[in-house]
This record gives sequence, structure tokens and C-alpha cells, in this order.
Amino acid sequence: MFTIFGIPSAALFGQLLLGLINGSFYAMLSLGLAVIFGLLNIINFAHGAQYMMGAFVAWMLLNYAGIGYWWALLLAPILVGLFGILLDRNFIKPMNDNNTKRSFVMVITSVLAMVVITYLGVNPSLGFAISVGIGVVAATLWDRFGPTFVALGDQHVDHLYGLLLTFGMALIIQGVFRNQYGVSGLPYGIPPQLSGGQNLGFMFLPNYRGWVVAASMFVCLVTWFVIEKTKLGAYLRAATENPTLVQAFGVNVPLLITLTYGFGVGLAALAGVLAAPIYSVNPNMGADLIIVVFAVVVIGGMGSILGSVITGFALGLVEGLTKVFYPEASATVIFVVMVLVLLVKPAGLFGRAQ
Amino acid sequence: MNRGMLLVAATAATAFATGVAEAQVTVKLGVLNDRSGVYSDIGGEGSAVAARMAVEDFKAAEKGLKVEVVAADHQNKPDVGSNIARQWYDQDGVDVILDVPTSSVALAINQITRDKNKIFLNSGAASSDLTGAQCSPNTVHWTYDTVQLANVTGGAMVRQGGNTWFFLTADYAFGHALERDTAAVVTKNGGKIVGSVKTPFPSNDFSSFLLQAQASKAKVIGLANAGGDTVNSIKQAAEFGITQGGQSLAGMLVFVNDVQALGLKTAQGLVFSETFYWDENDATRAWSRRYGERMGGKMPNMTNAGVYSSVLHYLKAVEAEKSKDPQKVMARMKATPTDDPLFGKGSVRSDGRKMHDAFLLEVKKPEESKGPWDVAKILAKVPAEQTFRPLAESNCPLVGKS
Repeated sequence: MFTIFGIPSAALFGQLLLGLINGSFYAMLSLGLAVIFGLLNIINFAHGAQYMMGAFVAWMLLNYAGIGYWWALLLAPILVGLFGILLDRNFIKPMNDNNTKRSFVMVITSVLAMVVITYLGVNPSLGFAISVGIGVVAATLWDRFGPTFVALGDQHVDHLYGLLLTFGMALIIQGVFRNQYGVSGLPYGIPPQLSGGQNLGFMFLPNYRGWVVAASMFVCLVTWFVIEKTKLGAYLRAATENPTLVQAFGVNVPLLITLTYGFGVGLAALAGVLAAPIYSVNPNMGADLIIVVFAVVVIGGMGSILGSVITGFALGLVEGLTKVFYPEASATVIFVVMVLVLLVKPAGLFGRAQ
Repeated sequence: MNRGMLLVAATAATAFATGVAEAQVTVKLGVLNDRSGVYSDIGGEGSAVAARMAVEDFKAAEKGLKVEVVAADHQNKPDVGSNIARQWYDQDGVDVILDVPTSSVALAINQITRDKNKIFLNSGAASSDLTGAQCSPNTVHWTYDTVQLANVTGGAMVRQGGNTWFFLTADYAFGHALERDTAAVVTKNGGKIVGSVKTPFPSNDFSSFLLQAQASKAKVIGLANAGGDTVNSIKQAAEFGITQGGQSLAGMLVFVNDVQALGLKTAQGLVFSETFYWDENDATRAWSRRYGERMGGKMPNMTNAGVYSSVLHYLKAVEAEKSKDPQKVMARMKATPTDDPLFGKGSVRSDGRKMHDAFLLEVKKPEESKGPWDVAKILAKVPAEQTFRPLAESNCPLVGKS
């Protein structure tokens, strides 16, 4: 056994492996953010809340419907992704199209419904969910039968609006969950197939952590492959560059973009389900993580898919090393790296300069 | 001149009017705690509910006291908490601040309350400095503190043979105080501290720190943290097989809410300390059930119970003094023994420490539990004198004087 800077090599390898595990969460979350930013030009601040929703949906499936971890892995991303699609249809798309009447219809109907429901004395969180549902239905009907509106399609509003919109959404979502479930957290166990662990000689690796790394790498690779190497990915990237032209070729660009947002949100939810057995499932779990993940995206280069994945894993390693040498700084080290990278390469490590 | 006379007359009239109103004493209690962040389940609305219950149970209105309870969110930030406290004291006419979890905020409020000569009845914070180096004639530290936690949980672990310790310490005032006081108990009982690591607050991932603890070969891993940090570290310790490896965990500050969040399957066997457990006797069960009815079935923890008990004792003192003058009320509170259904008989010491017995609890196995909040069994009841810091060892400047 040899030592590196006074730390036994065995301990160091253990810490590097743990860094890789944390890195897989960073990678999956920043991947979703990068996909959404790269293809929709939206800085999705609700990503942390959607990650939290993934974990909560897994818990709800188990406790209300008796559906276990493996199905939750599939169902939670789909359900939360659908939620993301509703969010996009009712708020993000109208904002990008400069046609916010639909959002107004939705908000006003929801508020009216909420007033009536509160008057009837229903549980506040349930009442909120019901009134939002009523709002969505009203907005959809209005969209279908109300005055028609032709979006110009290729105009992008300032990033700041998207950021503020999604940030507000995140606060609302967290508030609803906090009101219903409190902040102490909810218990969610490791699936029996993955309990226990392997003794690697230099450390004890729980099977579940190994699974997290494998699953995350697989998802990242598949996403990268689909977007960079397939025809569907080519459409997506073209639609981002010039939506009007791509629409002229007969591609349904608005649908493509909405589905992409749903996919990005689904990725966050998947990370949430993966996190549920090892982290405390509570309404603030995403808010704590999202700032770090944004730093990862900025270091990797906004919108760069490969960049976000590689930086996610790399920063997990950097953080793991800091926890060995100077634990007090482990919450800060990523931001130090961010400052250094931005000084040298303002567009991020893998970003394209505009 | 005429104008001046008028002003004097008006002032006199106002003074007279307040004098008349004073016949019926009006007090305003401010519950200041975390209502949205990591500690909002520990204090939060639950403590405000407990304060209101105390006012109702005291039957304040019948006794000629007009009591109002207000609440605010300090977001666990000393600056936010200080601003609210100043506004409450200077503008809103608040007489007493209650609860205040998060030691850093509590120490700030402690100083402000002393400067403004009001009363601070702390229930939620842990740092023993509130009745130690920074003790104040205007503060009572009600429910628990780091010395008490260290004595009960730390002492029990060392007696069971856990004589080498490694700490995971939350990197702020509370964690540092808890580590310091626990280390003192461990060394006093012949144990040894083999290492410690300061973890950023709040943290999600404790696996690296747990691995360092594992490598230290210490028999006991002391968790000098609270809330979500404790939940995460216990959950991950189970995952990394820490307890199967022969090391045991000591949760230095664990609330029933945390046990609930972990689930009995993960938490079973964990030893922890509280000064109040809802299922102790008929009186605590009856009160807890009434609390639960207002909180959607949730059971109270020691912080909530402490707020209730402190409000009751304060109102008794105000009633006896027929005045809310802080110095008189504090003197009365310290002179009168405390007695309430939740903590039993006790007293308030000259350094501001409220004395009552503490419990050593153990988390039940899933098959032992009879309901959703039936989470722990009482292993031992430790008398107040053996659990809180003795006055002889106190570094509080007030102690010498009295």
C-alpha cells in the first residue's frame, strides 16, 4: 500500500469512486438542462423541482398504488414528463410565441376554481391540484375553440423571462409538496434485488451505487447518440437553428419542441427516482442540488450535450477529492472551478462562442 | 406656549389611558422559527400551534390576560431573524420571543433580547452557550441542549463499550458545540476521539465522510448534525454496511420526525435522547392527541412541547406579578418551580437553564410498532441533575452573582 499526499491510496480510490457516483447525478441532471437549453433556449430553473417530483412520484406509486421501484423507474419519468409537457403548453410556449392569453385563461380559471374549492373546504394541496387541472382543461378548450393565433415561430424572447417563469414554477411546486408532506422527508427503501454490496478490497461498494453509475452512463450515452447521430436528432437540431424553414419542410416543430421539453423533464424525474433510495426524499432535495448542477452546465458550456455529461462526471470526481483533502470546501470547490473556467473560456469547456 | 401645554396634556392623557388599559395585562408572544426550510417540521407551525394551545389551556382571557400569538419565518439565517426580532420588539409590541431553532439565529436573538430588555424563551436551539458563556438574564433555555444530549446519548454509548469515537459534524455553530460537548463527555468517561470531519451544511451526500469514519476504525460514529443531514447520514450508513461492520451510530440530535422520515426498517436500534416523548404517560398522550388533531395527525416533538410548557410557565408568572415587566417576570419564573403535564416538575436555574429529566430512547423494530407514530421505546429516564451542566462547572457570568 502506498500513499498519495499522505492519504492511503485505498482511501483515495474509494473517494474517487464515490465522486463518480455523485458525478452521475450531476451528469443526468445537467444533461436534461443542456437538452432543454440547447433545443428550446429555456433556462429551466424548475429542473430541481422536477427531480424532486420524480422521487415523490416514486414514493406515491409505492404507498398509494403498491407499485415498486422498477416500475417507478419507468412510470415516474413518464408522469413527470407529462407534467412538463403541460407546463410547456400552458406557460413556456405561449411566452415564447408572445401569445400569453392562454396562460391568462389558465391562471384565472385556476384561481377562480381554487376560491370555490377552498370555500367547499377541501384539503388545500388536493384543492390546488384540482383547480390547476380545471385551469388546464379550460386553457386547452380555449386554445381549441378560441380565436386562432399564428405564431411566427422563429422569435426567441429573452432568456431572463424563461428563467423567471420556471423559477416561479419551482417555488410553487416545492410549496405545494411542503404543505402536503412537510420537510422531514419520506422513507423509501433500496429495492431488494440491489441491496447488499461488493467488497472491492479498497472499499465496500453498495450494489445500488454501482447500479446508479451504470444506469446514468447508459442514459447519457443513449441521449447523446439520439441527438447527435440519428435522423430524429437531426430534425431537432435543425428545428432549433431555424424553426421556420424546418416547418416549411413539413416537420411539426411545436410538437417536436414540446416533446423535447417533456423528455428533459423526464430525465430529471429519472434522476429523482434513482436518488430516492439513497437521499432523503423531501421537497427541498432539488433546490439544494440545482445550483450545483447549473454550475456544471455553465462549466461544460451552455447547451453542449457531451460537455454537460463529461463535466458532470469530472466535477463529481473533483468534489470527491476535495472531501478527502479539505472537506469544509467541498460545497464550494465547484464554484471555484466555475470561476476559473469562465475566466479562461467564457463559453465553457465545450461551448461554442457566439 | 399654548401648543406646548396642549402637547403635555395630550401626553398625560395617553399615559393615563395606557395606565387604565394596563389593569388588564396585554401580552404578545412571537413564535420565531423555520417555517419553510430544513427545520420547519421540527418547529414551524407546530410550535405556533403549541403556543396557542398553552394560551387556551391557561384560560388567559378568564384570568384578565389578553394574549396574542404571532409567528414568523427566520429562514435559518441570523440576519433575517435579527431583523424580525428588532421589528417585533421596536414596532409591533412583542414581549416574548419563543422557539427559535438553529443555534446561530438563537444566539443573535439572545443578544438582541438582552439589549431591548425583553424575554426570550428558547425551545428549538441546541447550543449550550445560551446558558454558558453567552447566558443572559433575559433568556430561558427550555427544552434541551448540547450538554444534555452529550451526557445522555454519549454517556450511554461509552458505558456500552463504545470508547473510540469519530465525528461527522455539521459545519456551523450548533455542530461545533455538539461535537465539543460530546467529546468532553466521551473523554471524561475514559473514551477517546480518533477523528472528526466537518461537513458542509446542508449536505446531500455523506458517503465520503462515512467512508473516512469507517477507515478510522472508531467503534462509534457520532452524528453531530440535525434534520435532513442526520436522515441522509443514517440512510447512507445503512447502505454502506457501517453497522454490519461492527461500528455503531450515535445520532446526537434526533427528533421523532427524523425517525419517521427514515422509516423503522432503516432506523431500528438507533439510540437517541429527547426530553419529551409523546407516548410517555397518559397526560402526554392526551395532550399529543389534541395537538395531532390540529396538525393533521402529526405527533409533537420535544421542541413543540417545550414551547407549550414555557408559555404556560410565563403566563403563570405574569398572572402572579400582574405585570409583564421583564425583570419581575423573569425573577418570578426562576423563583417558582415549574409543573406541567408534559415535563412534570422542574425548575428554572439562575443561568436560565430549565431543569427537567431526559430520556434515553431506542428506535423500535418494525414489528414492535403499533401505529404510524409509535417509533421508540424509553430505555432510561435520566434525572435533570445528571444530564444538564452542573452550576459548579458553569462559565455563565450570572452564576457567580447569585
